[in-house]
Amino acid sequence: MTITVKGITKRFGTFTALNDVSLEVPSGELVALLGPSGSGKTSLLRILSGLEQPDQGTAFFDGTDLGEQSARQRNVGLVFQHYALFRHLDVFENVAFALRVRKRPDAEVRARVTELLQLVQLEGLGRRMPSQLSGGQRQRIALARALAARPRVLLLDEPFGALDAQVRAELRSWLRRLHDEIHLTTVFVTHDQDEAFEVADRVVVMNHGKVEQVGSPTEVFEHPANDFVMRFLGHVNVLDAQLSQDRARVGDVVLDIVHDAASPHRGRVYVRPHEVEIGRAHTAGAIAARVTRVTPLGGGLKIDLTAPALGSNLRADVDWERGSQLALRDGDEVFLSLRRARVFEQAA
Amino acid sequence: MILERAIPRAATTEPPWVRRIVIGLGLVFVGLFVVVPLATVVIAALSHGISAYGRAISDPHALRALKLTLLAAVIAVPFNVVFGVAAAWAIARFKFRGRALLITLIDLPLAVSPVIAGLVFVLLFGAHGLLGPWLSAHGIKVIFALPGIVLATTFVTFPFVARELIPLMEAQGHEEEEAALVLGASPWQMFTRVTLPKIKWGLLYGVVLCTARAMGEFGAVSVVSGNIRGRTSTLPLHVEILYNEYEYQAAFAVASLLVIIGLASLIARRVIARRRKEAT
Repeated sequence: MTITVKGITKRFGTFTALNDVSLEVPSGELVALLGPSGSGKTSLLRILSGLEQPDQGTAFFDGTDLGEQSARQRNVGLVFQHYALFRHLDVFENVAFALRVRKRPDAEVRARVTELLQLVQLEGLGRRMPSQLSGGQRQRIALARALAARPRVLLLDEPFGALDAQVRAELRSWLRRLHDEIHLTTVFVTHDQDEAFEVADRVVVMNHGKVEQVGSPTEVFEHPANDFVMRFLGHVNVLDAQLSQDRARVGDVVLDIVHDAASPHRGRVYVRPHEVEIGRAHTAGAIAARVTRVTPLGGGLKIDLTAPALGSNLRADVDWERGSQLALRDGDEVFLSLRRARVFEQAA
Repeated sequence: MILERAIPRAATTEPPWVRRIVIGLGLVFVGLFVVVPLATVVIAALSHGISAYGRAISDPHALRALKLTLLAAVIAVPFNVVFGVAAAWAIARFKFRGRALLITLIDLPLAVSPVIAGLVFVLLFGAHGLLGPWLSAHGIKVIFALPGIVLATTFVTFPFVARELIPLMEAQGHEEEEAALVLGASPWQMFTRVTLPKIKWGLLYGVVLCTARAMGEFGAVSVVSGNIRGRTSTLPLHVEILYNEYEYQAAFAVASLLVIIGLASLIARRVIARRRKEAT
């Protein structure tokens, strides 16, 4: 099922949640809508599910106009952030709900629910009440419930947002494996970049009701379309600069950049922490800096630096190996070279 | 740790003598204003022996009043259940023009004296009222008849179900209903399979409050019913008639029925409140 969104605008009072959004989700793909809160990603999901109506624009499932279909006719599976399990029904009846309202025969209901409970690895919990389950279990039941009537698309709204970090990580990779098994077109809303990158085939970066960029995780990370995407995906050092054709002057330092500005103007230069190289010895063009703090972090070290020549503080990330070679301590004098400096037109 | 243990009482707990005085005061007040009067009713009702009590409550007029009271409640309560659920639904679910006004209006019957409520109906439907001539031309009797009693009862018991449900439905939110719709439920299936079970205990609680009030109402019903003995007198009105005729023992005997209804509703409320707590 291919999802096509054409020119959708949605306002709540004076707030524009979605501003002329167009998007295509190819059949069988798992796409993440990634953006800060208020970027419109949940509104888009609710419009696709039929819980909200767009003010303008339309959405299609394989060419069928959704404007003519109510929520119950669309047959989408929707998973809520806070599960929204029916508190008065046990796990079995929660999963069976979509089949019960369709008046399916009892034997079929039993077979399907059993199959789904196996799929989400919670067989044997059918008679528990939702309040007796852990958060991770509840979310898996919510997913089983959403899949019961064999939906045409699966929509997940911040599905792991309410869970603690470890359960979240487990469910992420589990969701990815599940998707590889059932290949259902899936749209997945999150504000967590790691989550989007780990789970999705493609990432749709949204901000202020607009789509900023669509691409694979690698594409949007390596080739951000604009300064918002650059800043939103991971940490970045932002330096005020005077920009000209192929140069950027940051403080006393001149950097080579790829830039096609017509005339010199003020702007910003973006450098990722892992693109800051640290050396003990001075080399040609290196920038003098002083270490202010060294923090072990995940797979490496986070190093906070102050560079008077740039008129700014910087962050550099180095891996363990490089970190132990350098053996940096707070207050050490070092020399930096910036492997890559990016400039965006909108940054002016 | 050691310092904390050195202080035996939590800072929020009062010394024992304060507790004893506060609890004692509470008990004295409840005793004086609740237990003693209720006991008086029972003692006075039984003052001429158990057979006199039996005669008083099996008197045809008393039975007729009991029937009328139950009938008014049986009509008024379902009406208020339907209205209360609809109003609470609208208020909890939607933001619309006049929402604040509706919330205020629901409380109106609690704010105005029941006597005034009764008078309003007399002014509307009475012989010299706004709709009186039209009604009498069509042979419909509202005032001094059952319809008037039902109207007055409905009016004064109007807020109970809605007021019980509005905060409950606002707290529960609407996500489960949304889930039901997306899962393919029709609006009616959503209501009966999701909403109703969610609000079940709150609704029952409201129904009990509503019923107790419907059967105990005096002021509004007194104004519209004309208080015709054996025809339009409900239990509370019948008590008044007997009392005014110096039939104290009979008056208290009938009054004891109202006390029983009241106590039964209290017990029902306790049970429902406990089930509700367990359910959440």
